[in-house]
Amino acid sequence: MTTGLLLTQLLNGLQLGVLLFLLSAGLTLVFGIMNFVNLSHGSLYMMGAYFAAAGFNAFGGSFLAAALIAVPGTMLLGVLVERIALSTLYTRDHLDQVLATFGLILFFNEVVRFIWGPASVYMNVPKALSGTVDLFGLAYPSYRFAIIVVGLLVGVALYAIIHRTRVGMLIRAGASNPDMVSALGVNIKGLNLTVFALGAGLAGLAGLMAGPIVSVQAGMGEPILILTLVVIVTGGIGSIRGAFYGALIVGVVDTMGRALLPTLLREFLERSVAQAVGPAIASMLIYLLMAAVLAWRPQGLFPVKHG
Amino acid sequence: MDKVTPRIVLAAALLALLALVPVASVLLGQSFYVTLFTRIMIFALAAMGLNLILGYGGLVSFGHAMYVGIGAYAVGILTFHGVGSGWAHLAAALAVGGGVALVVGAICLRTSGMAFIMITLAFAQMVFFLGVSLRDYGGDDGLQIPNRSDFGLFSLANGTVLYYATFALLVGVLFLTHRIVHSRFGMVLRGCKSNERRMKALGFPTLRYKLAAYVISALVCVLAGVLLGNLTRFVAPAYMAWTVSGELIVMIVLGGLGTLFGPIVGAAALLLLEEVLSSFKTGIAAVDQLLSQHWLALIGLFIVLVVLVLKQGLWGRLVAREESRR
Repeated sequence: MTTGLLLTQLLNGLQLGVLLFLLSAGLTLVFGIMNFVNLSHGSLYMMGAYFAAAGFNAFGGSFLAAALIAVPGTMLLGVLVERIALSTLYTRDHLDQVLATFGLILFFNEVVRFIWGPASVYMNVPKALSGTVDLFGLAYPSYRFAIIVVGLLVGVALYAIIHRTRVGMLIRAGASNPDMVSALGVNIKGLNLTVFALGAGLAGLAGLMAGPIVSVQAGMGEPILILTLVVIVTGGIGSIRGAFYGALIVGVVDTMGRALLPTLLREFLERSVAQAVGPAIASMLIYLLMAAVLAWRPQGLFPVKHG
Repeated sequence: MDKVTPRIVLAAALLALLALVPVASVLLGQSFYVTLFTRIMIFALAAMGLNLILGYGGLVSFGHAMYVGIGAYAVGILTFHGVGSGWAHLAAALAVGGGVALVVGAICLRTSGMAFIMITLAFAQMVFFLGVSLRDYGGDDGLQIPNRSDFGLFSLANGTVLYYATFALLVGVLFLTHRIVHSRFGMVLRGCKSNERRMKALGFPTLRYKLAAYVISALVCVLAGVLLGNLTRFVAPAYMAWTVSGELIVMIVLGGLGTLFGPIVGAAALLLLEEVLSSFKTGIAAVDQLLSQHWLALIGLFIVLVVLVLKQGLWGRLVAREESRR
């Protein structure tokens, strides 16, 4: 295995990582502040991808149109879902939240099957980003590179919002003591809605960016939702920093494991055994990682510090 | 012993009706009902197993489908290698399932709340992907099971025998759950649900109690899996999909969380609703087509409604009514 291939896989891992970060940031904020488990976050991601593909195809392949429809559209959808169904569940226990959002997943999957049909919908990468970029002599697809850049920028922006602005301060305060924040006269309902909309917008952004490189189809949100859950549990629930590092770790470990493990095992084991075991272990790797992290630190790698 | 209340009479009547299903299906000439109700009872069994920790222990495991899968795969893989004995299937399934539950439970129970929900889900996904990567045993496409388990004295090859075996297990597990819940062990478990810190302060090693309950509930699901493999003569990773774990929870909540009979009612209600919705005919062709393709959307909305409105569940309502009268 050459260094170039290794580097490409590492970048692919980073690219998956930043996509996961966009999703887990929203999910972990919603959990941290509202103590709410939102399984339908993956559905928002899926709707984002569908909105993007619809915008892309309706406006003759304009990626800008796709972006302008996907991100605000998903945000709006998130707000609607929050107002209609989810806001009544904030005071309920986790079981009810899990169940209701599970029901929403089934519902949204059928809705997209109904509107866009059972087959996958396609969209292309924008023309400006269809080539490759030269990274230290390695040709890497520009679009994937752009995803990494956008993801990192969003990470920086989120950090700035949460640690440097008044809204961010309220969000942090709401996460550690919501009753006190509302007693101080802050509109906690509005704050919740803002956070939910922010999370939905990030999910829509992730859907938009994933649109050209994955197949946009019903149920596409579930595998990535489960990866996202792994990320936030590994990173520490409620922590943006944990979501960031957790997403990068999970993205890189998953991608590298799938790429390298079968070859690596061949060095130690018989070929037939390695071929059978390699992919199995590779697909289980991140779950093993999560189990190891939780066995060692039940709070996750970067738990939120209260007080 | 409890007083004989209308609820107990109703439960007994429902069980009696279940016992008569094969007779009715012969009289009606519809063998389809036997299969349908075997399926319902198998899922009721799995839901009862999960209810032990979910309803009584307050532990929301979102990964119990993996134990159903382990049970079904034990039958599938052993039959694939020519082992037809049901006892061997049962022993292998329970041993593997119990071992996995012990390890997974010990890790998962270190966490609580949302982390517990997610780590159980992650372990189920892990086993799911393990199933997908078992290329020798069909991988993603699953594995046909040519012959049903043969228990020497009786063989599950006959649908009616399978039905009554499932029925007997259902009644057995119902009784077992009753005994567990009302024993000292069950009291400790319920105590952990309402206030674990206090139970610890009283000197109970709560982790051990919860782990034991987790393993028992997993084993009940393994049993359901063995039966499911026998019923469908097929096993696939889809049996362990996370949506199946979700459906098991829906059944429990629909029937009534932490009630003895609730999971049975919930499983029957959900599966019958699915059956009716997917084949419902309104007479208008366009609506029928829509319904037959997208009935899952209605199930999704139904689940949301159950959570929002029907908090106590169908059977749980009866229980609550009786308790308020007392």
